[in-house]
Amino acid sequence: MPSLEELFNETFASPSVDWWVLVPQIILVGAALGLLLVASLAPRALPAWASTVVTIATGAATAITAAIQWTDWGSAPRSTLAGAFVSDGFSLLITVLVGAGVVMTALVAHSALDRYGMAPPEFAALLLASAAGAVVMAGANDLIVLFLGLESLSIALYVLIALAGRRASSRESAMKYFVLGAFSSAFFLYGIALVYGATGGTNLSRISEFLFGTVREDDYLLLAGVALLLVGLGFKIAAVPFHFWAPDVYEGAPSPVTGYLASIAKAAGFAAMLRVLYVAVLQQGTAWSPIIVALAFASLSVGAVMAICQSDVKRMLAFSSISHAGFVLVGLAAVDPDIVDRLWADFGGSVGVAADLGDGVSSAVFYLVAYSFMALGSFAVLSAVVGSSGDPDDGTSRHDLSRYGGLARRRPVLALAFAVLLLAQAGVPLTAGFVAKFEVIRAAVGEGIYVLAAVAMVTAVVSAFAYLRVVLTMYAPEAAATSGDDAPTARISRPRWGDLPLTTVLAIALAVAVTLIVGVLPQTLLEWSADAALSIFP
Amino acid sequence: MNGLEVVTSWYLILGALLFIIGGIGLLVRRNPLIMLMCVELMLNGVNLSFIAFSDRFGDVHGQTVVLFVLVVAAAEVVVGLGLVVAVLRASPRATADDLSALKG
Repeated sequence: MPSLEELFNETFASPSVDWWVLVPQIILVGAALGLLLVASLAPRALPAWASTVVTIATGAATAITAAIQWTDWGSAPRSTLAGAFVSDGFSLLITVLVGAGVVMTALVAHSALDRYGMAPPEFAALLLASAAGAVVMAGANDLIVLFLGLESLSIALYVLIALAGRRASSRESAMKYFVLGAFSSAFFLYGIALVYGATGGTNLSRISEFLFGTVREDDYLLLAGVALLLVGLGFKIAAVPFHFWAPDVYEGAPSPVTGYLASIAKAAGFAAMLRVLYVAVLQQGTAWSPIIVALAFASLSVGAVMAICQSDVKRMLAFSSISHAGFVLVGLAAVDPDIVDRLWADFGGSVGVAADLGDGVSSAVFYLVAYSFMALGSFAVLSAVVGSSGDPDDGTSRHDLSRYGGLARRRPVLALAFAVLLLAQAGVPLTAGFVAKFEVIRAAVGEGIYVLAAVAMVTAVVSAFAYLRVVLTMYAPEAAATSGDDAPTARISRPRWGDLPLTTVLAIALAVAVTLIVGVLPQTLLEWSADAALSIFP
Repeated sequence: MNGLEVVTSWYLILGALLFIIGGIGLLVRRNPLIMLMCVELMLNGVNLSFIAFSDRFGDVHGQTVVLFVLVVAAAEVVVGLGLVVAVLRASPRATADDLSALKG
């Protein structure tokens, strides 16, 4: 009969914690809590620039820490907290992306906070908390940790969208995102329960070991669990048919938050999906691969076709973000069943096998990074256009296409930046979008999914029409493009950056620079993504 | 041992039923508060499944998961109630059908 103390020590052996691995999360959460604490204790309201500076510094510190960790340790995985959290090249690359996303969102939001009536410290704290959730999702090696990351990302986002509560559209879109987000979280959680029931664990590596160690072809409990996990994550990444919340929420949310939602929240969802599919249930690759192909097919076609039909630029970008999700899914779908068989025969994965699989994953990672900057930049432009024309009202067609007519004459540089970002999304050569689309389609062809690759190319052409329409409207002669109702803005005679907020300009410049540099010299980012992709395989 | 198996699967079926009832309720009911309750029902259906599996495997892992889920559900409801209050304050007696200014 063991004594109580012995029993305690035996049952509650606390896991060893590698604190250095957790530094990015600690920075984000610490800054969020510290900011809230200071803001509530300070005798006067903090100035807006203070919380913006703190947010930018925190985002930059997170990205730099992750970059230092990556150069120090290489891509080899380092797991901590009893294997529940892992820091490898993949999670560190996503962490750098999240840090950059936080910096850019804070820059864009700085000038918009007042317009939307959002309190600066609350906005900053929620942004940092949701970023912490995204970073946790990128490195989670346990389904429950993944769920906690997903929830901290989502719950903070519900409030971020609702922060502009003066506007009815913001309240409505927050409510919609909340109901569907909670719905999808429940599906995700049920998926975890079923996977736990089928494999007896929630640790991704242990699930993989269990599955490769037992010969079970058709485990319906496991397959149902994986399907439910995919439903839950499909909502988060807005893949068709789980996309119907996206246009409304993107339109109703404040533009800086929309940019964050379209880039970082989506990247975190994809990071989670990647890890679940490629680490935990790779053994069932032949079962889930067709589902991913179907999701990719639906997202590509619905996103492209619906993007053409929109007269509102923000909604058009929402649907285009759905079609971009389809492109990332094409990269994820590129799994050859033969490789799974070979892995089965020789568990542990020889390097050659991992390199074959890594092609698709690496293209998906590259696409995520490239697209995130394009999305952040595009929504920053939207924020600048609405902000500069001083329109406080709450109409729902705030971003009507006609509003962009003659933008090239009024603000040539802003129009040029928007044109670059839109053409990059369309996949024009010399931009990051082209390399990203090319890599994804190459990976799909390499794995022999020709139909999907063909669909991807056709829908790229179709959605290019939607982007070109906006570009043409911007550059069309004024008389043809608009009626005279925006005469006050048309009278701005000195077209220059001067009257735009400097922070927004900085964010747009950053996005355009990344898009062009990656487009012209993609080699570095390609190597990073390949490195990151290889690091997730056991 | 055979009896235990039967009992476990009964709990699983009950959990699945709760989940489905909650899911249908969320889609059908229009009162924001009842929709929140339906989300809770779905999560509790999942919790029941976790505990049933945990009992079958004889490990505590599933039960710890339930504690995490309870905390997350509480956080979610706090935010959800805040949103509901914000919507109802702006337009009392609102139902989900009234939130349709943005056309999906």
